[in-house]
Amino acid sequence: MRIPILKLHDYLLISIQTEIDDKTAIEFQEDLLDKIYTTGATGVVIDLTSVEIIDSFIAKVLGDVVAMSDLMGAKVVLTGIQPAVAMTLIELGIHLQNIPTALNLEQGLIKLHQELGE
Amino acid sequence: MKPQSSYVRIQKEWDIVGARHVARDMAKELGFGIVDQARVATAVSELARNIYLYAKNGQIIFEKIDTMESKGLSIVAVDSGPGIADIGEVMQDGYSTSGGLGAGLPGVKRLMDQFVIQSELGKGTKITTKKLVR
Repeated sequence: MRIPILKLHDYLLISIQTEIDDKTAIEFQEDLLDKIYTTGATGVVIDLTSVEIIDSFIAKVLGDVVAMSDLMGAKVVLTGIQPAVAMTLIELGIHLQNIPTALNLEQGLIKLHQELGE
Repeated sequence: MKPQSSYVRIQKEWDIVGARHVARDMAKELGFGIVDQARVATAVSELARNIYLYAKNGQIIFEKIDTMESKGLSIVAVDSGPGIADIGEVMQDGYSTSGGLGAGLPGVKRLMDQFVIQSELGKGTKITTKKLVR
């Protein structure tokens, strides 16, 4: 099961709707970087509204993909992290520092505009 | 009547997801709130991943606790892997040999209400945890 990546003008939009296992997460990382490369996207929003669990591995993959995309010149914003997921992540000891986040997709797009100075 | 106990064998990567599902379903049935359901499922995900990464083979046993005094879920992760040489070391925040975030076991301890780890080199590891419904 691969996670669909949608292109909208200069942005890529991803809504993660499936349960993420390790393999899906790694495939997503590769797919997203490929897509940034082929489309020349400058901004990415990854929406996590439907994600009920983020464990340390998934968190690491997400953190890495933000850093990797940044190296390629694309800004990533994570949106829609649920309250229970936020609480669990912090208790687990995962702080995802320096990762841009926003409450929802709409706020995420606003944040991207700001970050990219558009 | 739903079963009072259940177990998931951990041998392949997908079993981590399977264990997570069982954890969440049982937590829901027991009446845990949404945050505690996430805590329990995340803790199980970490325990299952440890088995998969370090021991290759093991199981997670779930048992409902339903007595006059308390209600909750007991989760035991057992493997016959290499065992842990220095338990103090793996219980330190930020310690990781797998290149992960090192949240592993200390994180699980914080997410659960009880946490006991026993390990013998060359024999395996047993982690017993509990979460009670508040």
